Amino acid sequence: MHSSVSKPLTFQELILRLQSFWAERGCVLQQPYDVELGAGTMAPETFLRVLGPQPCKVAYVQPSRRPADGRYGENPNRLFKHMQLQVILKPPPENVQELYLESLTAIGIDLRQHDIKFEEDNWESPTLGAWGIGWQVMLDGLEITQFTYFQQCGGVDLNPISAELTYGLERIAAFLQDVNSIYEIVWALEPHSGDAVKYGDVRLADEVQFSVYNFEKADVEKTWKHFELCESECKSLLEAYAVLENSNAGKKRFPLLAAYDLCLKCSHLFNILDARGAISVTERVGVIARVRVLAVGIAKAWVDQQKLDQQKVDQQKVDQQKQEPSANGLSKSEPASESAQSELSKALSS
Amino acid sequence: MPDLLLEIGCEEIPARMISNAQAELQQRVTDLLKRERLGTAGKITALDTPRRLAILAESVPAAQPDLIEQITGPAVSVAFKDGQPGPPAHAFAKKAGISVDQLARVTTAKGEYLSARITRQGRPVSEVLAELLPREIATLYWPKSMYWRRPGERFVRPVRWIVAMLDGEIVPLDVFGVRAGNESRGHRILSNGTVKIPRAGAAYMDALKSAYVLGRDARQQHIRKALDAATRAIPGARWREDKSLLETVVNLTEFPSVILGNFDREFLDLPEEVLVTVMRDHQKYFAIEDGKSKLLPHFLAVLNTDADRDGLIRHGNERVLRARFNDAGFFWQTDQKISLLDRLELLKNVTFQKDLGSYHQKTLRVQRLCGWLSQILRLSGREVRPGVVHKAVCLAKTDLTTELVKEFTDLQGIVGGLYARVQPLDPGLPKVTRLLIADAIYDQYKPESVEDSVPRSVEGAVLSIGDKADTIAGMFALGLIPSGSKDPFALRRQANGIVKIIAEHKLAFRLTELMQDARCGYQGSEAEQKFKNPDYVGSVNAFLRERVEFYLRDVRGFSYDVVNAVLAAGWDDLVDAIARAEAVAAMRSSTDFESISVAFKRIKNILQQAAENKRAVADAIQPNLLSEPAERELAEQVPEAAKQVEALRSQKDYRQALAAISSLRPRVDKFFDKVMVMVDDDAVRANRLALLQNLLREFSTIADFSEIVTEGKV
Repeated sequence: MHSSVSKPLTFQELILRLQSFWAERGCVLQQPYDVELGAGTMAPETFLRVLGPQPCKVAYVQPSRRPADGRYGENPNRLFKHMQLQVILKPPPENVQELYLESLTAIGIDLRQHDIKFEEDNWESPTLGAWGIGWQVMLDGLEITQFTYFQQCGGVDLNPISAELTYGLERIAAFLQDVNSIYEIVWALEPHSGDAVKYGDVRLADEVQFSVYNFEKADVEKTWKHFELCESECKSLLEAYAVLENSNAGKKRFPLLAAYDLCLKCSHLFNILDARGAISVTERVGVIARVRVLAVGIAKAWVDQQKLDQQKVDQQKVDQQKQEPSANGLSKSEPASESAQSELSKALSS
Repeated sequence: MPDLLLEIGCEEIPARMISNAQAELQQRVTDLLKRERLGTAGKITALDTPRRLAILAESVPAAQPDLIEQITGPAVSVAFKDGQPGPPAHAFAKKAGISVDQLARVTTAKGEYLSARITRQGRPVSEVLAELLPREIATLYWPKSMYWRRPGERFVRPVRWIVAMLDGEIVPLDVFGVRAGNESRGHRILSNGTVKIPRAGAAYMDALKSAYVLGRDARQQHIRKALDAATRAIPGARWREDKSLLETVVNLTEFPSVILGNFDREFLDLPEEVLVTVMRDHQKYFAIEDGKSKLLPHFLAVLNTDADRDGLIRHGNERVLRARFNDAGFFWQTDQKISLLDRLELLKNVTFQKDLGSYHQKTLRVQRLCGWLSQILRLSGREVRPGVVHKAVCLAKTDLTTELVKEFTDLQGIVGGLYARVQPLDPGLPKVTRLLIADAIYDQYKPESVEDSVPRSVEGAVLSIGDKADTIAGMFALGLIPSGSKDPFALRRQANGIVKIIAEHKLAFRLTELMQDARCGYQGSEAEQKFKNPDYVGSVNAFLRERVEFYLRDVRGFSYDVVNAVLAAGWDDLVDAIARAEAVAAMRSSTDFESISVAFKRIKNILQQAAENKRAVADAIQPNLLSEPAERELAEQVPEAAKQVEALRSQKDYRQALAAISSLRPRVDKFFDKVMVMVDDDAVRANRLALLQNLLREFSTIADFSEIVTEGKV
């Protein structure tokens, strides 16, 4: 259908195009986070970055695991693990919607030939104590992106706020390639032979085996134990941070990022238990609240920890502004963002 | 006098919020102009699209008229010493901006004071608007708003541009850091982006049109026409009218068009309810039906663009719908693997309300309550078919555990009904009974609004009433009572539902007993320990009585005094109350009835005054104390008439009963004409008061006539 105009993008070309598009607009390209996540929003690159005053622009693909959504690879539209391309713009530029529409053009969608609507859809994650206001972006009746202005994260009011764009990559690819099953999406084309490697070739086993595990095999008792271990270690870390009080040096190197990983594990383990049918509806709310307590605790501590860095950045800014009085907010803050970025990366790799 | 234009340019406003916001903005601007003495005789109109709210006001005064004010200053005795103006006089003159010799004097009760006539110069309209409009914009009400620039500044979505003009001049205002200009924006895709507005007035509309933006009415007309035109491609078909869907798509588009799409005929095997919900709620498509209202395998999608030249949009929408229908079909099949009967056990894991336990517990309570209600109705002579209510209640909530309901929550109840229709339920259950059970489950949430229809069968009515009464009872016992606009559990709607069902099915039982029995269902439960409403009976009865009043007045159209009069004589047997209201409404125009009402008011007043003045009322009427012929005659007629009225009342022949009461009129009139009640003689007075009290008591069982508003004097 689309090939009359030009060849539709393969799955990996789609990712590459979107990544270059946002890289060209100043985003740092991160790699998928290496802990199981339910959504790109949960990666520290979003959850922690949107907190505090430091500007930030980042884009990354995040494989997102939702155990309960698995269908043993039998349903053409549903996956246990799908790919999101996540973009965070903090603060959002005024033309953020226009930028987003341009990104659609960049992946070969001629907007003149299609119907685009921004329909109200607000996002909320009770597990993360986070919510935002926004839309689902509809392309010819298909929801292709969740567009959210974050208002609160980890129970903390955000200032500045961030715009989050979450592209549903499988849906977009299936649309571009006009296939009726996700498994039929061409992931890559062999450049010489032209042979197609399909989504099913790459991921079907994943879907089947994890559906079996999540619905049938996961050991409920052990999973609960994992959950409790992660929860208690995360709690211990938060308690240890809390008693550091005014010891700046101790706070600065304190592994809140590790505490957050533990919180993410809890969230994923909860999802497995949920898919396994091990959590009654009455219990559900209580377990979600337990994870939220961790997320909120980390968010508060993180904001506190960032203030130590912010004090330094503020001083630098004051020094700069003394020399150069007409400072423009966005462009001036970019170096700060990058330095914060490299620090986070360092922290992650250490 | 210049025309005013205000356009707030915004990122896409949620469709459900646009109309209210638009009306409020128009009201606010109209009020602001009036308040600031800038009221216009011209028209004030509004325009809205997903990306803008605009107001056009014709012929606004260029400036406020000057305001002449008389202000009072210090007392002359203080301001003048020896006929010479002192410092207070000078200070006052300075404040008023005139010279001392221009000061005038006024005499008040307190003496002579200085006064001054000052002229406050009117400010130019542009200045006033620049100062005051931003606040009106910033304080518009939104059901859900956000901030994007700084905390505290809230609007529904980020404001991206403002046009504010008086004729061709820009009004220099600033909202959320956006400076007003004369540049608007056109359709996102079809226009070139910005569009210059030459001046306020019709030129604005023209400029928008050239940028592919239409006003609400134009869009609506356009969509209707386009829906008609697209449907014509299918002979004998029509699109299914849906007002709220139409409003939604009008609010989702700036330049709409319509496409006709198709889906595979095999999907028509799925229940129509499911297909229509997918199309309407998830995709915002209109359904198409044939002449017999049967669904056809087509749909209509409203686009926010001018055309679908290459058919790509239609193709895309068909793809999405196919996937959605496939999903629904998959859910339908998966759900059949566990029968509704087996799902009852699963309800133990579904919370009804955090303090009221699971849906399984609710099911058991409602079963008990509906058993009682069925019995009461049978005793009243109503046929409630055996085996239907019990089973229907048992299965009513089981669909909450199905995939289909998890996906399409609006279809709860309906899905249960559909599944019950195709499942055996119990071995050996006759098909007729099964279908009755299915219908009752299907209708259990009806009526969902005042306009919605009630459950079709008595059994469905019993289930629906029982379910709602159980919820209301639990919530009231917990103390979660609706107040003002706060009614998070929609208890008012549910109570309105109960009232409407009783009225339309003519079910004879008492609401007070229903609520008492519903409360009993919680006895000994864990939930009961959390109950903290000390006045359950009082509050729940007051709440239901209010709903009955609402129903009689606003739904049935009885005037408020008839409703008050009738309910004062008993409110909780609704069917009876309606019959009495009908009789009173029919009789009230007759002159006898009118003067009886006047007389009853008079009697009530006399008895009230007597009580206030501590005048005794005799326990019984003493015939020997009846000295006047008029009182004797009345006293003679009362027992006779009372007997007749009581007989008619027990046959529920309220019109004849009222006629009998009205026939007392000549003797009552004569009594008041000839007899003085509040005489000095204690025994005679007490006896006459007893006569009146007796009269009031005997004849207020159908209605409290003193509540009837009459034109005559009391």
